[in-house]
Amino acid sequence: MEYQPGAQKKPLLKGQKAAKMLKDEDRIFTNLYGWFGSDIMSARRRGDWSNTTEILKMPAEKIIDVIRSSGLRGRGGGGFLTGLKWSFMPKEIKERPHYLVVNADESEPGTCKDREIMRHDPHKLIEGCLISGFAIRASTGFIYIRGEFYNESLIIQKAIEEAYDAGLIGKNACGSGYDFDVILHRGAGAYICGEETALLESMEGKKGQPRLKPPFPASVGLYGCPTTVNNVESIAVIPTIMRRGSEWFASIGRPNNYGPKIFSISGHVNNPCNVEEELGIPLRELIDKHAGGVIGGWNNLLAVIPGGSSVPLLPKSVCNEILMDFDSLREVQSGLGTAAVIVMNKQTDIIKAIARLTAFYKHESCGQCTPCREGTAWMSRVMERMVRGDADIEEIDTLEDVTRQIEGHTICALGDAAAWPIQGIIRNFRPEMEGRITAYKASKQIKNST
Amino acid sequence: MPRLTIDGIETVIPQGGTVLQACESVGSEVPHFCFHSRLSIAGNCRMCLVELENAPKPIVACAFPADEGMVIHTKSDFALKAQKSTMEFLLINHPLDCPICDQGGECDLQDQAMGYGFHSSRYLDNKRAVTNKYMGPLIKTVMTRCIHCTRCVRFSTEIAGVKEMGMLNRGENAEITTYLEEALNSELSANVIDLCPVGALTSKPYAFIARPWELRKTNSVDVMDAVGSNIRVDTRGADVLRILPRLHEDVNEDWISDKTRYACDGLKQQRLDRPYVRKDGKLQSTSWLEAFTTVALAMKNLKGTQMAAIAGDIVDAESMYALKRLMNNLKCPNIDCRQDGAKVGGDIRAAYLFNTTIAGIEYADAILMVGTNPRWEAALINARIRKRWMEGQISIALIGKKVNLNYDYEHIGVGPKTLFEIMNGSHTFTKILKNAKRPMIILGMGALARSDGSAILDAARRIANDTGMFNNNQIDQKKNNIHTANWNGFNVLHTAASRVAGLDMSFLPHNNGRDVTGIIEGTKSGAVKLVYLLGADEIDSDFGDAFVIYQGHHGDRGAHIADVIFPGAAYTEKDGIYVNTEGRIQMAATATFPPGEARDDWKILRALSDIVGATIPFSTLESVRSELRAEYPTFSTIDAIQPAKWGVFGNADVMSDVPFSCTIDNFYMTDMISRASRTMSECTESFVLQRRNITGISEQMNKSVVG
Repeated sequence: MEYQPGAQKKPLLKGQKAAKMLKDEDRIFTNLYGWFGSDIMSARRRGDWSNTTEILKMPAEKIIDVIRSSGLRGRGGGGFLTGLKWSFMPKEIKERPHYLVVNADESEPGTCKDREIMRHDPHKLIEGCLISGFAIRASTGFIYIRGEFYNESLIIQKAIEEAYDAGLIGKNACGSGYDFDVILHRGAGAYICGEETALLESMEGKKGQPRLKPPFPASVGLYGCPTTVNNVESIAVIPTIMRRGSEWFASIGRPNNYGPKIFSISGHVNNPCNVEEELGIPLRELIDKHAGGVIGGWNNLLAVIPGGSSVPLLPKSVCNEILMDFDSLREVQSGLGTAAVIVMNKQTDIIKAIARLTAFYKHESCGQCTPCREGTAWMSRVMERMVRGDADIEEIDTLEDVTRQIEGHTICALGDAAAWPIQGIIRNFRPEMEGRITAYKASKQIKNST
Repeated sequence: MPRLTIDGIETVIPQGGTVLQACESVGSEVPHFCFHSRLSIAGNCRMCLVELENAPKPIVACAFPADEGMVIHTKSDFALKAQKSTMEFLLINHPLDCPICDQGGECDLQDQAMGYGFHSSRYLDNKRAVTNKYMGPLIKTVMTRCIHCTRCVRFSTEIAGVKEMGMLNRGENAEITTYLEEALNSELSANVIDLCPVGALTSKPYAFIARPWELRKTNSVDVMDAVGSNIRVDTRGADVLRILPRLHEDVNEDWISDKTRYACDGLKQQRLDRPYVRKDGKLQSTSWLEAFTTVALAMKNLKGTQMAAIAGDIVDAESMYALKRLMNNLKCPNIDCRQDGAKVGGDIRAAYLFNTTIAGIEYADAILMVGTNPRWEAALINARIRKRWMEGQISIALIGKKVNLNYDYEHIGVGPKTLFEIMNGSHTFTKILKNAKRPMIILGMGALARSDGSAILDAARRIANDTGMFNNNQIDQKKNNIHTANWNGFNVLHTAASRVAGLDMSFLPHNNGRDVTGIIEGTKSGAVKLVYLLGADEIDSDFGDAFVIYQGHHGDRGAHIADVIFPGAAYTEKDGIYVNTEGRIQMAATATFPPGEARDDWKILRALSDIVGATIPFSTLESVRSELRAEYPTFSTIDAIQPAKWGVFGNADVMSDVPFSCTIDNFYMTDMISRASRTMSECTESFVLQRRNITGISEQMNKSVVG
């Protein structure tokens, strides 16, 4: 059956309807594709920095309220309410300064949204830093950028300098009487440094290893000071929300999943792309409209990883009608993550694909805590054999059990992230895995008998 | 004071406590590896996962703050499943080599695997192997066994203050190492062996010597310095095989220095196991009777003033007391317990004690150190100063040789001149001391063991008086668990384990008797004709033509110049009282027996007293002690500190311009036992000599510098 946008056969989840396509005037990132300049003049032409001074006249509490009522959920993968996170910061500056840290260590396989923001819309990020920093009473905003993003770091640095020169940040930022510095810090290239507390450790010059929580960064963060860590996209959308209001933001998307969001679509699609879309758009519409469809047509689809490498994959049956937002994906035991959609068609060796992801987590585990250090290596070794089929069928259950032993037992979420893709494949592609094992055993037997 | 329910039992623990503390308070055992009460919390082994009601995930008990109304289950299926999972992960890469592992029998992993392990492994792939690392002559490594708990890393960075240890690489390739694979340059390095919960870091000198269940364990105290660390002596048969720390919160906490731990192999070398008499210029072994009669003959016709007695640095109080009584009977006024000539002693007890106490250091907020290198003279006192320094808001200054301490300090001068400036208030540090709530001064032997020592003592007393080190500042109630009396910031840091006991019993020249320098002069001039050395080996001079009796346990300097040798017992071989630099009376215990014909020291003196016709009426060790206590009541309270009375001491005299020296130029060899120890000579080679060569600093300049 040919798919028709907007004509859902049956309302999917609890009677809620899918989101519509995002209208052009509702786009936040109007230079996502770099069609215009990234300099301050071009940014101003797109509306950045237009009435920042007025926004800064609002009390900090009010800004947090606006963001909270807009329902903005963190865009870095966790989906935690940004306004709520800000409200955890102390209400007054005591003996220690407050800090804002922007997590630009975008390393999740499949995800490339922050990169585009930093390449083409750096001023949105810097203005976002200023407003967010003001809201949480921070003295300084640090942008921790992934080490591999060398060119992007140059662009951000140039934008920071432009903003300083224009008096937009620094002493008396935007003439508001508020002092706010923005400092760019380059990482050295480790996936784990994208975890917020490991990022703080790394910034302090230590080895990037996640900290124990509690205490949370909002009470003890960078250099022991109250700190809020936010994703690039979360920060970059703040100025637009402040200009257009929380009602506008909440009018887009579905309840609890408001606003536009950049989706990174990669894999077996005709036109891999980043696209800003409304949260809650049907996955199929996203792929067909924006990415030129699955290579070989929709029926050639095998599975989709909907939110970057860390979330369980969705088999085609689910893909047909799933909506792309936090809650819908959670209901099918997956997650929106960073909204990096990795499409795999039927030419994919799905076991090999997941084995590759497992190898990635084995390589990136920091080695601090036991379940992750030992478990990721264990899973990776088993998955390697599963690719060949060199295993027993019972080992699939063992593997499942191992993922459960890692999940929720580690200091940070990397353990969960390593466990979920394997849980996804076992849940959805167990017959393939068993078939591979049986075939391997059979081929061995033939070899032995001849 | 949060109230929680642990396994159905309600408990209240102090504010700021953790769930693990709460569990321990009700006796619920939670398995753990990385947690150690004296180290920062890492929470990385994940063994202490427990169930918190209404939480989706298990929580780490060691790190999770206890909160009002928490309901914790440590033994529910949910918690046990989590704990067993972690144990399985720990074991997949841990070698099953317990039979050839030195940790076997005292291994946390082995013990806990009995409770939380599976009977067989589900892991079918190859195990990880890790190359072993060089960590010096004391620490043996088998890094494949490492479970990455990072206790050793946290100990070395936090307590020992050396940054050379850490974790390299990440994930499964993570390895604990000293980054450049050099020896861990700390006097406390071997404590990582005790801390290691598995057999990754084990003792090199003790490797494959014994299993823990073969050992007899004796609680005792250490004599390698004046700290009086509490130790456990592990013996098998007649051999002391190893020495381990024993917890004493107010002295050594959980740690001991490397010298304390490893000098014990010196107890088997160079021992004096039978009496000797010098015949025809050569020392020849003989019987006790002949040795005694030789001495009696030498004493015959000598007046008391023609004799002298010097007590050594690691002698127990009882034998010093017996010697004192013997010399009294012989009417000899020339007795001294200060081999180094330190100008300490007298009626004012506070003048020669570490009055602040070791635990008291934690409340100090300004420290002035004079002529000392605490890192080498008392490694554990140094560790306390570092512990205090880690908390911040403290000023530390040193007058004397610039040394490499593991905390920041201001080097404000080298000699008495600076001390004088502080005394008359012209130095900026005077103000810091005056403004401090609980200032301290620490006088080392480098400042006191010199001819103007009593002038320096006087200057230090004046500083203490003027800057309010001794006044009525009340310790705040919260921290009042150690001090009940007032703050006293005046401290003398001794280096000899027997010194304070000697001073407490006035083992000092009296009735115009001669001190050590006088005795040496007397032997040269012929005024002193007989010298009795009780374990005194640290005197650089000979005694001219005088008849020298040496009573001790090692064939060291004293024995070489002796005419008669009485073989005595070392500190592990006798029950004895030692008084540490704080004035804390502690008891050492017999762990093994003295070798050969060697005897307890007080018994030797008792027997000799009969033969020379000056009987001291002791029949048992208890009778020695009761008379000692009767005469000097400070000896009557064991393991307690009696606040010493303050007064006027020292001599307002001219101080010379000579810079303060450091009394110890090699931490690893300071007495006859450590000089005889093979392990200590290896340490000297790799920590002291090698570094002097590498740094290219001449020996003279670098004598007291560590590293």
